[in-house]
Amino acid sequence: MRVFYAVVLLAAVLVLNFSLMHLAPGDVADTISQSMGGADQEILDKIRADYGLDKPFLVQLGHYIGRVLQFDLGHSFFFNQPVTQLILQRLPATLLLVISAQILALVLGVVLGVYSARKPNSIANYFVTFFSLFGYSAPVFWTGILLLIAFSLKIPWFPVAGMRDVTISGGFWIQFWDVARHLVLPMITLSSIFIALYSRLSRATMMETLGADYIRTAKAKGLSNRQVIYKHALKNSLSPVITQAGIQFSAMMSGAVLVEAVFSWPGLGTLAFQSIIARDTPTILGILFFSALVVIVGNLLTDLALRLVDPRVGGRK
Amino acid sequence: MTDEPIQKARSPFIEAWEMFARNRSAVAGLIILVLISLGAVFGPALYPTDPFDMVWAPFSPPGDAGFIFGTDYLGRDLLAMIINGARVSLIIGLAAAVVSIVIGVTIGALAGFYRGIIEEILMRITEFFQVLPTLLFSMVIVALFGASLPMITLAIGIVSWTAVARITRAEFLRIRELEYVMASRASGTKNAKLMFRIILPNALPPIIVQSALMVGSAILFEAGLSFLGLTDPNVVSWGQIIGSNRQYILDASYTVTIPGLAIFVTVLAISLVGDGLNDALNPKLRSR
Repeated sequence: MRVFYAVVLLAAVLVLNFSLMHLAPGDVADTISQSMGGADQEILDKIRADYGLDKPFLVQLGHYIGRVLQFDLGHSFFFNQPVTQLILQRLPATLLLVISAQILALVLGVVLGVYSARKPNSIANYFVTFFSLFGYSAPVFWTGILLLIAFSLKIPWFPVAGMRDVTISGGFWIQFWDVARHLVLPMITLSSIFIALYSRLSRATMMETLGADYIRTAKAKGLSNRQVIYKHALKNSLSPVITQAGIQFSAMMSGAVLVEAVFSWPGLGTLAFQSIIARDTPTILGILFFSALVVIVGNLLTDLALRLVDPRVGGRK
Repeated sequence: MTDEPIQKARSPFIEAWEMFARNRSAVAGLIILVLISLGAVFGPALYPTDPFDMVWAPFSPPGDAGFIFGTDYLGRDLLAMIINGARVSLIIGLAAAVVSIVIGVTIGALAGFYRGIIEEILMRITEFFQVLPTLLFSMVIVALFGASLPMITLAIGIVSWTAVARITRAEFLRIRELEYVMASRASGTKNAKLMFRIILPNALPPIIVQSALMVGSAILFEAGLSFLGLTDPNVVSWGQIIGSNRQYILDASYTVTIPGLAIFVTVLAISLVGDGLNDALNPKLRSR
């Protein structure tokens, strides 16, 4: 059932994107004629006919969806490559960035949140509050630039830009190490927003859970604080965090656009930016489609995780 | 009988304000926010340097020749740019937040109250908007329909109402099953009154807190778009200053750190106020 919804959602994304592009002023023929330094009406008409732009809206939409079903997202006029190929080249970089940042944020966020909920008046709690406020309030691209200035320009620990060093070649582990070094700063930058979010959320739900009757009961029957927190309270306060993590997948993809721009990370975000400037319609459509796909798959996985943590979810239909 | 005076019932607003005032960082945030707003309103009149004028040698560091924040790569006065940028950030932040709160509360309330097919449809629409990465979606809108300020506001508002809708719906789902709502329903209260007079006031605390956060994230959102260059070229905005000076961080890192600090402090103040609101409006924390 969930999978069926996912497919419907994807179809809706296709329709919306295509309508947006269609409504927007200017089309591919204009772009091409601009790059040729202007063209007369006859040539414009010829280009429009070649690309099927003279057909009615629904026909074009139908053609587009038909082609997408065959994994054909069209041809990029700007990069002169099939869009699917272009996106598949860039997708792994974005996935690597987003997934590693998500994991880092979840682990650190929950640890910080639970710790500060346990000790509401300690200095540690104020530290977490401050840290989470920073993560929430600082623009992510600014955080990235600050880290870049600090840890690769002033102290040259990490590379300035990109994902690989072209001068490095070697076996799997050498390349792995190379990518990992490039990944550190972008990953920390992207996760900084979400660490803040998850730690605030898990602290809030944890504090609420700790006020519940069954926790008092657990304490009254003589369980230690540690047991109460990790065996009883954590389980109940984890599901809101996981739900939130699922919702945040699309925010992660958005954040990745900015982080990629700062670190010249060769992913979908950089590609989106380039193609929007070049008005490369098929590529923009393709990127939106693929990032929606990533988010939908992420949501399905979150649902699965939620069922594992919280058995009540599976029963509720 | 003693003649102890009977305590008068106190307004919940005064009570909430007292809770808020007890939170010192929230009050500090409020003060900062008021100062920034005053600066945005009266600043350009008090400091009339044109943010687009080349006034001094490029890359003059802060303090040089009386320019408190120095000059950027085109020799423009960074202080004037920051002051003028505050207007854009605050106006877009507020307007976009209002757009998304109106959409979100309406959709969430209808879905949570009526349940059934209405809820199903509205939540599918919400899910649809959640699936689209917000920044990419609004990048496309701005890139296709022009980077005017109203279009940017709309683009931010349209993509960011889903969290409000979800929170509103969750609160409505919880509250509509409470005994006092049942009692009210059983005594024949009309749906509209149930929704807006009986349920909504009790659903408001998390919505208000979320709204405060929305203003902050809308400001961040605008900064992100203008950092990428998707902004009205005829106005200065904080994100755009960072984006255009980004290449020169080796020579003049202050051209990036100062406007970033402006965004940071503004959003921080807003979220401190949001925290204070949360304390003031959440009765569970009152006894602490």
